[in-house]
Amino acid sequence: MRTRTALAAAAAIVALAAGCSSAATGGGDKAGGPVTLKFLSLAWQKESIAANKQIVDEWNKSNPNTKVEYVQGSWDNVNDQLVTSFEAGDPPDVIHDDSPALAGFASRGYLADLSGKLPADLKSDIPQPAWDTVTFGDGKGGKGVYGVPFLQESQVIIANKKLLDAAKVRVPTPDQPWTWDEFAQISKKLTKDGSFGVAWPLKSPVNKVLNLGLNFGGTFFQTDGAKATVKVGPEEREVLQRIHDQLYKDKSADPSALGMGTADPLPGFYAGKYALLPAGVYLRQQVVEQAPPGFQWITIPPLKGTSTNQGATSQTLSVAADSKYPDQATKFISFFLNSANQAKLAKGDWLLPTSTKAASDPSMTTKENGWDVATASAKNLVVAPYLRVNGFDEWKSKVATPTLQQYFADKITLDQAAKTLVEEGDKVLARYTK
Amino acid sequence: MRRPLQYLALLGYVIFLAFPLVWLLSTALKTSQEMASLTPTWIPRHPILTNFTDAFAEQDLVGSALRSLVVAVASSVLTVVLALPAAYAMARHRSLVSRLAVGWVLVSQVFPFILIIIPLFMVLRRLDLVNTLPGLTIVHVTFVLPFALWMLQGYVRAVPRELEEAAAVDGAGRVRSLVKVVAPLLAPGVVATSLFAFISSWNEFLFALVVLKDPGVATLPLTLVKFTGAEGVVRLGPLAAASLLATIPSLVFFAIIQRRLRSGLMTGAVKG
Repeated sequence: MRTRTALAAAAAIVALAAGCSSAATGGGDKAGGPVTLKFLSLAWQKESIAANKQIVDEWNKSNPNTKVEYVQGSWDNVNDQLVTSFEAGDPPDVIHDDSPALAGFASRGYLADLSGKLPADLKSDIPQPAWDTVTFGDGKGGKGVYGVPFLQESQVIIANKKLLDAAKVRVPTPDQPWTWDEFAQISKKLTKDGSFGVAWPLKSPVNKVLNLGLNFGGTFFQTDGAKATVKVGPEEREVLQRIHDQLYKDKSADPSALGMGTADPLPGFYAGKYALLPAGVYLRQQVVEQAPPGFQWITIPPLKGTSTNQGATSQTLSVAADSKYPDQATKFISFFLNSANQAKLAKGDWLLPTSTKAASDPSMTTKENGWDVATASAKNLVVAPYLRVNGFDEWKSKVATPTLQQYFADKITLDQAAKTLVEEGDKVLARYTK
Repeated sequence: MRRPLQYLALLGYVIFLAFPLVWLLSTALKTSQEMASLTPTWIPRHPILTNFTDAFAEQDLVGSALRSLVVAVASSVLTVVLALPAAYAMARHRSLVSRLAVGWVLVSQVFPFILIIIPLFMVLRRLDLVNTLPGLTIVHVTFVLPFALWMLQGYVRAVPRELEEAAAVDGAGRVRSLVKVVAPLLAPGVVATSLFAFISSWNEFLFALVVLKDPGVATLPLTLVKFTGAEGVVRLGPLAAASLLATIPSLVFFAIIQRRLRSGLMTGAVKG
């Protein structure tokens, strides 16, 4: 009896497993019939998922012959997932990712070149600097456009308004931003009684420091033909030195925040432990959601060094080279990223749209929750120099992250850090030079 | 004097084990504001259930939990079915081969999974098992099997050979002595091994990520990760709520079979 029960249970498991596994097989084209596109989206905020699904629904209603299946992925592991999909020849048709990941995928032939396939109104609606973030070598000596850039992030400062008012400091505007010198003085002024002017959460310092480095013209890389080398000259040292000074000379930045991720200092920020929090524009969403009632905060525009330039990467939509329906996928992307939809997506993710029309949408320019300052900061974005560097990822993880962490923890000097970044970095990059 | 100290140590251990679960429950019931407070509280000031409703509304938790359950139960059953006879043979028939096999089992445990993930994926693709739950089950069994074999072998070795000899003297055949004498004594070992296989499969993320592509076949760990965003920012409320629910099947499974997880069955079996 027991044996029979066990056998029945085993049979049920196998049947259920077979049933579950066959439930998700995708549909396909049958002699001009309806096609199904798989769209891997990385939206994860509640509002953003809703916006994505709404746009997909709209498309599916008006395009019954090209059904889009929404598949939610995760930023945490998307590139591992994609590599195996590409290798298996079964990738999603439309892929949401970011521009740093596209360079490698493009050179390995995983993505379709969209040059000449996108409608003119979409091309002209997105400025050239944004297109530059998705234009890469194809690995065969040519160049192509491997995605449509649609969301960008600038670095702003989120500030406790009550503390700023109490210290009577000048509130900057996009036209008259704080300089780094002014920022240092104000941070000192805001430091008192166990609270700090600023918290620099630098658990992952590389992209943040490299993007801000452009404030002083610091590019960190120089290229000679196909060969890239690391460069840490006076321009690159500026931001590194200034953050270090705030930590150990001015003591206006809390050293205990160094090991934190971007959102980790927020509880301390709400409690008044830190007055200023340098962060990507998206962090405003967390503040709106979590701040205690009555907490007043403002968005401070990007700082100015010799310029207000910042390195930018983009979130992108691409078409897989192995997609059976590249034309339909391109049409879907063109619809998905029209200006009206970009405004919805940017709002959902609290990021900046690349579409110039979307950026002028009233919801993007309202003073509420600092949207006006955030949207204005888009003009400071230029293509991040590291996007063009083969081997950047390895340099970042093996050389730059530990070196910068040691420098900001005051374990090594700036000269030592610069020497390691260049010497060890060049060894890494040399392996990527063909 | 010794007893109270033992209880005290036990209490400390229980608190240590329960801490993450209680904290998860507390977080799942908190508002975003309370979670971001600099002075954390054990008991939510204004308990809410919206984290649970959001988690259910946004993700297919029930479907993915069911799929995880299928894979985990199938993995643990298959693991035991395959490991038990092999463990018996290795423990009872000691030879150079069985010693080499034990050594190989232990060596296989130090292999980093990441090294074989791409070749494994290629094999599954050739067998048309990518994106299927049987495919994932096979992977889980393959990875749990060596350790399960090693574990069960210890249990088999603990059953005195004299018991089988006594059964033979009493007229039992080989099969009968295995079924009636050895198998019942191995029950705790089988339970421990299946628990190990179940929990390993239930929590497994990396292989599931690689093998399963479609949302229609996603297991629970793949669904939970959708509450995390870029740069380590997470939606802690729904994630805590969903994770709390994800622990329930393991607890139920454990509760059902734990009464068989007892020792001392063989005490006095070969006395005299």
